[in-house]
Amino acid sequence: MSSLTNIVKKEFREMLTKSTIIPVILMAVMFGYLGSMMGDVEEEVSAPPVIGLVDLDDGVISDIAFKVLNASSDMAYNGTDVDAGLEEVKKAGGVALIVLPANLSSDILNGSRGYIDVYWMMEGAGMLDAISSASVDSLLGSMSYGISAYLVNESSETDPAVVLFPVERSDTTIFQDEVMEDVSPDFLITMLSAQSFTVPFIIMMIIIMAGGMVISSMGLEKENKTLETLLTLPVSRGSIVSGKLVASALVGLVMAGIYMVGFNYYMTSIETSAEIDLAKYGLDLSPVDFILVGVSVFVSLLAALSMCMVLGTYAKNYKSAQTLTMPITLLAIIPMFITMFKDFGTLPLALQAVLFVIPFSHPMMAMRELMFGNYALVLGGIAYVTAFAIVMIAITVWIFKTDRLLTGSMKGKGLTRLLRKKR
Amino acid sequence: MNAIEVRELVKDYGSFRAVKGISFDVREGEVFGLIGPNGAGKTTTLRIIATLLRISSGSVQVFGNDLRREPHEVRKILSYLPEDAGAYKNLTGREYLQFIADFFASGRAADEIVKKGIEIASLSDRIDDKVDTYSKGMTRRLLVSRALMTEPKLTILDELTSGLDVINAQEIRKTVKSISEKGTTVLLSSHNMLEVELMCDRIALINDGRIVELGTPAELKGKHNASNIEEVFTKVVTA
Ligand SMILES: Nc1ncnc2c1ncn2[C@@H]1O[C@H](COP(=O)(O)OP(=O)(O)O)[C@@H](O)[C@H]1O
Ligand SMILES: [Mg+2]
Repeated sequence: MSSLTNIVKKEFREMLTKSTIIPVILMAVMFGYLGSMMGDVEEEVSAPPVIGLVDLDDGVISDIAFKVLNASSDMAYNGTDVDAGLEEVKKAGGVALIVLPANLSSDILNGSRGYIDVYWMMEGAGMLDAISSASVDSLLGSMSYGISAYLVNESSETDPAVVLFPVERSDTTIFQDEVMEDVSPDFLITMLSAQSFTVPFIIMMIIIMAGGMVISSMGLEKENKTLETLLTLPVSRGSIVSGKLVASALVGLVMAGIYMVGFNYYMTSIETSAEIDLAKYGLDLSPVDFILVGVSVFVSLLAALSMCMVLGTYAKNYKSAQTLTMPITLLAIIPMFITMFKDFGTLPLALQAVLFVIPFSHPMMAMRELMFGNYALVLGGIAYVTAFAIVMIAITVWIFKTDRLLTGSMKGKGLTRLLRKKR
Repeated sequence: MNAIEVRELVKDYGSFRAVKGISFDVREGEVFGLIGPNGAGKTTTLRIIATLLRISSGSVQVFGNDLRREPHEVRKILSYLPEDAGAYKNLTGREYLQFIADFFASGRAADEIVKKGIEIASLSDRIDDKVDTYSKGMTRRLLVSRALMTEPKLTILDELTSGLDVINAQEIRKTVKSISEKGTTVLLSSHNMLEVELMCDRIALINDGRIVELGTPAELKGKHNASNIEEVFTKVVTA
């Protein structure tokens, strides 16, 4: 064997271990699941969108509009009453109600643009929640195209501004029973997208970084045997555990604070440039909401750190500590992806359960859910995460009082014994 | 009064019995050495006395305190130096000593302890350098001074000089000897039998989790008609 192959073999064996492979497999499974979720959404899209039509015009143009719309949609309502139309579309889980006004045909045939109203029904404001409105968007495009074709073939209209763009629309979005005039779903999602992406991402970063610090500090302490020294000093186990937790929680909060400042700045600059006041639609946070977000972040941080302490007790040295951060990384990445793309309310039940059980999801969702006024979810989450943190801290202190801290090996002797004991 | 009384001490790691029922006393003020080959059970025994590991069966008293019932009392009177230990690498030597001293005293009393530690370490102005720039010998000297600066009633030193060069090893032995002359009881382990002979008032030979011989170096050499402890050990184990 050449020396190169020899080295490659050694390195390969060293790097490709169970603890490096398992997280990757889990990741792959997760992405697969996420993919099938998106697949479901795509099916939603390829199926004709459910819409409603209020036709007050009853002229040649509205006939064309009806034909085009009817051909590629599932029409839940076709009548002349806006309120009834909204009701029916909502009942059918539809996407939009299109209102053709009385003078649509006459306006267009007389050489001016026609105006239509579109009422959008939105359930969630995640990235994937926008897809269904996109398909209605393109349907409206076809409708406009159909009218253009008619004008070219059948009328004497020559003003290109009218022939090419015969209808203009005004959007109203009905978002969780909140009526927002002059707001399209796209616009709303863009408005909230800064938050959709930034909040989960920053929370994930803080948890991974602060958690990693705790685990590697445990690994380093063991590697240098400073932990052994610490444990023979006249200081209680409880103080050692809480000292480590408090310090890393403070570091985490400092990181969170820095992010908050940056994010706030980002939000204000967007809000002014977009000239929309989210507060007008109740989509802002009261001081109490901000406190709740802070509490949610804090308890989740504590839960993450105490969980890392438990994991850290199995770190033998700095290197094994790195591998031990994998579970935390996964648990932070999974909810980040899910909450980025879908709102809790629009997820299938199984994913809702997954999301709720993972303690780190809660601060990622808190801000959005408070905007929508879902206090039950946020408060329930805080209660759950607090309980989780308390259990983890108790386990840590218990481990500190046993031999396991010094004898428990990562290979699992201590861990399997611990699990066996539980059973 | 005995500083340490170990009775029928047993330690199991899972199904593996590392210490198989050992008994010995360490008298107040003496230097007592546990010697034996690697894996004999020295570190395990010392870690138990240092309150780090639980006793599987048997008992240990440290200055009259039962180890199981009053570990916190025991921690107040002992210092323990693990084998191959390091210090916090982002601290300077002085900061490390200060960190430890603050567990034992505060204000001027703590400063006194640090002053003592700096004197014992005798690292001159390197004491203000970061620990991660220290050589192995310097680190060991810092840690020995950490263990001795609080003038504990008992100090437990695991493999006191293993891996050090002759000069560093000699320095450290001298330091430990002088602290014991001031009244600190010393329990140390070594697999270097010549070192133990140089330093210890009494020694216990430990092999495979059992004490196979115990006495002063002179007694043991006389009893087995050997010229040094290494020879004693070979005779006892092969007999
Ligand atoms: N954490 C542990 N888990 C299992 N076996 C251990 C552990 N620590 C030490 N041992 C075993 O106990 C025996 C005694 O080890 P140790 O006390 O370290 O010996 P020494 O310090 O005399 O070299 C050895 O066989 C060692 O492999
Ligand atoms: Mg040893």
